[in-house]
Amino acid sequence: MKISRRTALKGSAGALALGFAGLNFDLSRAYAQADKPKRGGNLNFAISAEAPHYDPHASDTYATLHLAAPFYSTLLRYNLDKFPEIEGDLAASWEAAPDLLTYTFKLKPNVKFHDGTALTSADIKATYDRLRNPPQGVVSNRRATFADIGTIETPDPLTVVFKMTAPNSSMMDHFASPWNVIYSAKDLAENPALPRTKINGTGPFVFVEHIKGSHISGKRNENYFKPGLPYLDTFRGIFTLQAAAMLNALQGGQVLGEFRGVSPAERDRLVAAMGDKLRVEESSWTLNLLVAFNVEKPPFDDVRVRRALLMAIDRWGGSKGLSRISTLRSVGGVVRPGSPLATPEAELAKLPGFSKDIKKSREEARKLLKEAGQENLKFVLWNRNLAMPYTPAGIFLVDQWRQIGVNVEHKQSDTAPYIAAMNSGNFEVAIDFSNLFNDDPTLSMTKFLSRDKNPLNLSRSNDPEIDKLYEMQLRERDVEKRKAHIQALEKRLFEQAYQQPLFWWHRIVLTHKNLRGWKMSPSHNLGAQLEDVWLES
Amino acid sequence: MLRYTVNRVLLMIPTLLGVAVLVFFMLRVVPGDIVEVKLRGDGGNVTQEVVEAERKRLGLDRPLLTQFGEWMVNMAKGDFGISMWTERPVLEEISLRLELSLQVALMATIIAVLLAIPMGTLAALFRDTWIDYLVRILTIGGLSIPSFWFGMLIMLSLLAFFNWLPPITFTPFYVDPWANFTQLIWPALAVGYRYCAVVARMIRSSLLEVLNEDYIRTARAKGVYEKLVITRHALRNALLPAITVIGLEFTFLIGGLVVTEQVFNLNGIGQLFVQSVARNDFMLIQGMVMLIAAFYVFVNLIIDLLYAVFDPRIRYG
Repeated sequence: MKISRRTALKGSAGALALGFAGLNFDLSRAYAQADKPKRGGNLNFAISAEAPHYDPHASDTYATLHLAAPFYSTLLRYNLDKFPEIEGDLAASWEAAPDLLTYTFKLKPNVKFHDGTALTSADIKATYDRLRNPPQGVVSNRRATFADIGTIETPDPLTVVFKMTAPNSSMMDHFASPWNVIYSAKDLAENPALPRTKINGTGPFVFVEHIKGSHISGKRNENYFKPGLPYLDTFRGIFTLQAAAMLNALQGGQVLGEFRGVSPAERDRLVAAMGDKLRVEESSWTLNLLVAFNVEKPPFDDVRVRRALLMAIDRWGGSKGLSRISTLRSVGGVVRPGSPLATPEAELAKLPGFSKDIKKSREEARKLLKEAGQENLKFVLWNRNLAMPYTPAGIFLVDQWRQIGVNVEHKQSDTAPYIAAMNSGNFEVAIDFSNLFNDDPTLSMTKFLSRDKNPLNLSRSNDPEIDKLYEMQLRERDVEKRKAHIQALEKRLFEQAYQQPLFWWHRIVLTHKNLRGWKMSPSHNLGAQLEDVWLES
Repeated sequence: MLRYTVNRVLLMIPTLLGVAVLVFFMLRVVPGDIVEVKLRGDGGNVTQEVVEAERKRLGLDRPLLTQFGEWMVNMAKGDFGISMWTERPVLEEISLRLELSLQVALMATIIAVLLAIPMGTLAALFRDTWIDYLVRILTIGGLSIPSFWFGMLIMLSLLAFFNWLPPITFTPFYVDPWANFTQLIWPALAVGYRYCAVVARMIRSSLLEVLNEDYIRTARAKGVYEKLVITRHALRNALLPAITVIGLEFTFLIGGLVVTEQVFNLNGIGQLFVQSVARNDFMLIQGMVMLIAAFYVFVNLIIDLLYAVFDPRIRYG
């Protein structure tokens, strides 16, 4: 039975669309929606990291997207005016079977790559084949994401059919991922690794130049498949690797924005300096920091010790102070607080580590440590050597644990030795992070899977019950039942105290008032195509 | 002199060989793996097989001695290898940034030398007068104030008083001299101030010593004009230690301006160094260390040869 697009949207993405009203998504806009965009001009914006290559399939850093997204399109994407609602980018329409085993996409006609070749379903197939089954020499960071795709059929040049091996409730979000940019099948046939070094997309801008360490620039794609877009003639993404340089450049008008996010102190500095020339937009963020205990290292193999340390953390009180000095703000569980599938606050407060009665919670923590024979516990907390917000998070934890008599050394390392220690298990407790582009729990909960299923599980725990609950929520089509599975997983995870989100981040983006049309969202990985951006002269 | 020069050039080889061995093996001792940083540094979910395949592709699974031997042989042919981060040739990555770093170093040196020689000379000639005190205050300031902080002050002052900032992206001098000058004069000043202070103090103390020498007294007794006594006899000898300092400072500026480059958002060798260390990009670090070491050795040779030019008593044979 064929399902209309509207029903498919309600069925498969409805869980996420339904919760829009409940989202903690505070957007301040300083301009009227009704303004008419102006065509022309060059946008200079800051990119605060430089990616090593152009291939979003092989990347997880926003640096790749901010650099490459303007040149590419995806099959679906998020409608940032109504996040997390999904809209078509290259897809004109789509249908999901009620059993979620078939997804049929109709492509927009007359779409061309920048080299002039026409986009067809073969390009979609080639791209997704590369994502789910990369050839030798090609890295795909999303291989596991598309493991449920059985076959990809192309019955005609404008139709793509994905046949699944199992229903996957997260599939629509995966199709809307900003990382799954569409490449030319011809390019991939010539060299599957070509997208690392050559840009040929269907996006709103055409590649002009990339001077390493300096900037990347693009010009309007005159054959863009969305009439009238993009508004800009050209753009230049300037690499400003230090926050101070970026802030100076924004204040001096050399760049009109930076689309990742700044700290509260940086915001306040520019508000004071620029006044009404500056636009400030804020939102909760799909990033979090986690505390992970290495269950292979005594005494963290004892659940009492782990739980005690989590119970000692005053998240509700701590978030008030930390939100003034860092990008840490929201208290939440495994799913971003305020998003449709997140555990309500009242329920969260019943779980270990989230009690609002911190005094009682710390008394219990001390009791647990005494029972476990660890009253004079001492250990090293591993953390990344990044000022924002890792340093304040580490200092906060050291202080919280000091309140129950635990002595902690805060060790901050550069990324390479940090990852080496995490991989080798040569640590006791660590601060980990999640870098997500949406609120889909499948993505946010992968790191809680047993270590033998996912090497990114820093705590090195193996818990079949968590694996089972993960799988159940992944296959569950009913939203309420899925929520129940997620909450059950969360409860199990927190009671076993393998690892736990510490805080979810808060996103603050500063743009010059002359930059218009850019859309805020809870993820810095979204909205990087710049097709709707225009300049007020 | 020719023989001496040839000997010194030949001596560069064992020196650089020692540097190569040190840098290669020391880097391998440091914990961290560029493949892990690349694939998992931002939370990437890739399997261990993918990580191993990448390591193999980059040649990191081969024995260390094999990697070292291959690197040495290629370097002898002028091939410094491929950056493990960007997978572009190391020389290409360095040459992109070298022009800017060289230009900042050159401009800072010119500023320093043009200011330091007159300042140091005047301070010595007018010792214990207000001129001397003024120069000493300025030079102490130059030595005490970190270059990067001075640079930040310059940037903030330009913003606060003129609402203007230098161009943020590099334009080569031959493309647009004015844009080039307006971008690089500020970091050159920030760095040149400290550089000037070091050299000026060196010239002052060295000139004071020389002015007390017998041959200066003899020249004056013979009735030689004071200007000639200072320029032809005193300064020429007083400059010798300053030449060493100028040379060493110049080579330091090529790769050592990490923080200053960050302040001015300069795409220089210093920034590249820091980034490659953070990423464990061995090939790039090795390439940069070797080039800078070669540069140091070469500049030292030039300094030694200049000594012979300035002081006829020095002859290398």
